[in-house]
Parts: sequence; structure tokens; C-alpha cells
Amino acid sequence: MLHYIGRRFLQLIPVLLGMTFIVFLIIRAIPGDPAQMILGQQATKESVEALRENLGLNNPWYIQYFDYLKGLLTGDLGVSIRTNQPISTEIWPYLAATFELAFFAMFIAVVIGMNAGIISAWFQNTWFDYLAMVIALIGVSVPVFWLGLLEQWLFSINLGWFPTSGREEVRDPIMAITHFYLIDTLIQGRYDQFGTVVKHLILPGMALATIPMAIIARMTRSSMLEVMRSDYIRTARAKGQKMFIVVYKHALKNAIIPILTVIGLQTGLLLGGAILTETIFSWPGIGRYIYEAIGFRDYPVIQSGILVVAFLFVIINFIVDILYSFIDKRIKYN
Amino acid sequence: MAETATKDMNVQVVEDKVTSPWKEALRTFLRSKSAVAGTVIVLFFILVALFAPIIAPEGINEQKLGDPSTHLVPPSSEFWFGTDEFGRDIFSRVVWGAQISLTVGFGAVVLSAVLGSFLGIIAGYYGRWVDTIISRFFDILLAFPSILLAIAIVSILGSSLQNALIAIAIVNVPNFGRLIRSKVLSVKEEEYITAAKAIGMKDSRILLRHILPNSFAPVIVQGTLAIATAIIEAAALSFLGLGAEPPQPEWGKMLADARIYLMNAPWTMIFPGLAIMLTVLGFNLMGDGLRDALDPKMKN
Repeated sequence: MLHYIGRRFLQLIPVLLGMTFIVFLIIRAIPGDPAQMILGQQATKESVEALRENLGLNNPWYIQYFDYLKGLLTGDLGVSIRTNQPISTEIWPYLAATFELAFFAMFIAVVIGMNAGIISAWFQNTWFDYLAMVIALIGVSVPVFWLGLLEQWLFSINLGWFPTSGREEVRDPIMAITHFYLIDTLIQGRYDQFGTVVKHLILPGMALATIPMAIIARMTRSSMLEVMRSDYIRTARAKGQKMFIVVYKHALKNAIIPILTVIGLQTGLLLGGAILTETIFSWPGIGRYIYEAIGFRDYPVIQSGILVVAFLFVIINFIVDILYSFIDKRIKYN
Repeated sequence: MAETATKDMNVQVVEDKVTSPWKEALRTFLRSKSAVAGTVIVLFFILVALFAPIIAPEGINEQKLGDPSTHLVPPSSEFWFGTDEFGRDIFSRVVWGAQISLTVGFGAVVLSAVLGSFLGIIAGYYGRWVDTIISRFFDILLAFPSILLAIAIVSILGSSLQNALIAIAIVNVPNFGRLIRSKVLSVKEEEYITAAKAIGMKDSRILLRHILPNSFAPVIVQGTLAIATAIIEAAALSFLGLGAEPPQPEWGKMLADARIYLMNAPWTMIFPGLAIMLTVLGFNLMGDGLRDALDPKMKN
């Protein structure tokens, strides 16, 4: 087992290195001189030249890349042009906001998606099954950004149930400790604030959850249907076991592996979807951080932001891979 | 050796005629209601795009600036989908938008299928270090969340619809590349390829005449499903302001513009989004149907 984890980890290194190289190339390929960009159009030639020297932009590209890697290894993600703050410290609140949103969305997706899939398989070919599968089909085809707008229009503008955007009540700001507001408000015993945090989470969470929910529901259904046909299920039913226990205990246990695969894959993909959801709901997460940096041509932030998200994506997939071998002992890795 | 190989090939051709896998696939495809529904939706939007000049009551950007009474008008018998902030007929713009979205979707997918197939064939056929380099390159590209990579590429190329198309194509290259590579690896071991080599056929001819046609089915399946994602990705880039530019009636761009009128003119947002959803649904249904018909092994 340890051997397998070790080998998989070693395989990650070239991929991560390759990613740093591609992001490095992309940023270097952007037209325009970064030094000029930082100093603005009025800067004198000498000051631009001095900054170029200072930033190492006059060095050959491989030296620049090597310096960049060295910085990354020591946790230096560069300095934001816009705020003049080190990105490594600035990025955390944004990341925490995205994590909170993504976990919340995944929670909704798993709870609703799995149950919808299980019940669809249980009552195959009934109206519930058809309805759930039609909704799931629409769910995979609906653009997240449109769904977000529809939710805002229906649930906040028309019904007034939830706030349109943001993470907290502006008049009652939350004291950030971990920057996970659900946790922060609980630590401080501010249960009223906890409620507003949940209220703010629901619309963007639902929008972000839709696609994984639909995919999880479809996967759960097909996986359960396969298992429900097997002999041991028939035996359990013949013994007079309650259907609920047969479905949720016996069948689910063997149907869970492909479902977990999908959940793992979708968790990584949520990070990508988060960019769009965050834009619509003005959610101060990493996607919005990168998106705003694009508007300001804040290249160090774009570069580090993309790299951090991409690294997380790879690492989540790695963890999911490792988890399988724990859950399903039949999987043998060679 | 060569003689037996040719004989084998003849036998196979005869057998193919008897079972005709394409006919069988067509029958499976037509039996699936959802696949047929998907095809109907896709054909509908293709027709809308082709006949946009006839269907759309107004031109792409016809506006009635002088007449404020036509601005942000709700859906009515005159303006089926209502009008936007410039008094432009949204129904007409949604119809014209079908041309843009389908062109970008098809264009991006064809481009990435060609590039991906080329790289995949080379990697699979030549193997060794060529394969290692190309496969690692695919791994790295796939390691990025696709929309993020597309954003990064557009930020180098500059925001435009054409660059959005290129970015989406690049992001999708590894999907096709890997597919073709694995197909080439399995086809390469078939006896008829050994036979072709034995009679002295050139590599390029083997690749084009034998390996490529045999990898066709999975590419069609992958391609149809990829069009669905490409359309959403293009709309997403335009929504973020990184794709279509005003006054192009791109559906994602129309949604972005509709955001400020959410409160008093929700129709500006509802119809373009509905159009994206239906088109994507059509391609998804059709792709699922094609997969079941052409390549049942690809399921899951």
C-alpha cells in the first residue's frame, strides 16, 4: 500500500513541474512588458529598465523559470501588482471562501444526488424514476451561470428568501479567524451570524451543486440497478428482509465504488465551476480573485492563482485515487 | 504470409457485409427515444442557424434607439422574447446566436479532434520517447480545470470569439489524443496491420488507410459530447467577458448583459439561457445515444 502511495506521489512530480512550466510560459507569452505594466505608461525608460533588472526579466528564460521554481518551493507566490501584498498571504481568505462553498455544494450534491439515484433504482420505471432522470439530464446540460441568474431572480428578487450575493451581512461583518465563516461564527458563539452565513451559501451552493448532483444521481441509479439484480439481493428479499434495509444496507455497500469515483472527480471539477458561480454571486473566492486579476492585468496573481487551483485539482484527484484502495480491497494496483 | 493475410482480410470484408455493424448501430440508435429526441433538437438548432436570415424578424443589431417605448419591452405578440436595453428584438438575437454558438462548438471540436488525433496517432504508433513526451503533455493539460486553462489561454491571445474557440480547442486536445492513442495501440496489434506491414506498406499509408478509419467511431461519440461542453465553455468565456464582443448576439454574452436588468427585465436573461440549455441537452442526448450504438464499451 505504502509502496503504491509512494509511487503515485512520485508520478505527480513531473505533472506538477510541467504545470508550473506551462503557466510560466503562458504568462511570459502575454504581450506587453510586465515592468512597464507595473510602473504605468508615464514611467521613465530608466526606471522601467531598473525594475526589469530587479525582477530578473533581463535574465535568460531558463534562469527566470528556475528562480520562479525556487520561489515556489519556499512558498513565495509573488507580489500582487494591484495591492502590492505578497500573494501567499493574500490568497488564503479567498481560498477558504472557495473551499467553504465547494464543500457545501458537494454536501448538497451527494445527499440529494445519491438519494435520488437510490430511490430511482428502487422504484425503477415509476414516475419518480422518470422525473428524477429527466431533471438529472437537464441538470448536466444547464449552464451554471444561467442557473445562478435564475436563482437570483426567483429566490432573492421575487421571493426575497435569500440574499442575492456576498458571503456575509455587510452591516454585521464576521470576525475572521480561520476564514471558514461557518466555523468562525460557531467558535464565537454567534449563532445568528451562522444562520446568515448558511443563507448566503444556499443559492451559490445550489448552483454549483447542480451538475455534480445530476451526475451522481445518474451514476448511483445505474450502479444500484446492476447490484439489485444480483442473487444475494434476491436472497435477502426472500428472507423477508425489509426493502429499506436491502436497498440502503446490502445493495448500497456494493454499488458505492463507482459512485465514489464520480464524487471524487466532481470535487476537482467544482473548483473550475466555482469561478463562474463566484462571479455571479460576488463570492469572494479564488475564482473571483483570478477573474478580477485578469481585469487589472495583475499577472503575478493570475499566474499564482491558476497554479494554486491546478495544484489543488491534482492533489484532490490523487487523494481520491488513494482512498479507493482503502475502500475497495479488491482493487490491486500494479 | 502475405497471401494468407489478404485472404483473411477478404474473409473479414465478407463477414462485415453480413452483419454490417453500421446498420446495427443505426438500429440501436433509432430504438433509443432519447437519442432520437436529441437528434431532433440538434437538427432544429442547425436549421435555425442556417435559416436565421429568414426566421429572424429583425437584423442582428437592429435597434430602435429613437423610440424609448421599445426598450426592455416584455414578451408580446410583436416581440416574442421581448426586447433588450437598446430596443433590439431578443427573439431575433437568439436566432442569430444559434449561428455563433454552433459555429464555435463545431469549430472548436473539429480543430481539437484533428490536432488530438494527429498527436494521438503519432504517440500510439511510434511509441517509445515520442509517446512518453506526448502522453505527459496530455497529462499536464488534463491536470488543469478546463475553464481555468481556457481563461489563461484567452488572456494571452486576447479576448475575442475566435480566440475563445482556439482556447477551447486546445483544452480539448488531450481528450481526443488519449482516445486515439489507446485505439491505435489496440489496433496496432491486429493481424491485418502485421499483414499490411509484411507486404511492405508504408507507415503513413497504414495510419491513414487502416488505423484512422478504425478509430473513427469513438471520435464521433467523443466529438458529439464535446460539442455540448464546447458550447457551454464558449458561452462561459463570453459571459466572463473573454469571448464574444458587443454587438455580437452570443448567448453567453447576452446573459452577461442581462445581469443588470434582472430585476425589471428577466426575459433578457431567460431566453438566451434556455437556448444554451436546449442545444447542450440535444448534443448530450445524441452523444449518449451514439455511444450506446457505436461503442458500448465506452459506457461508464
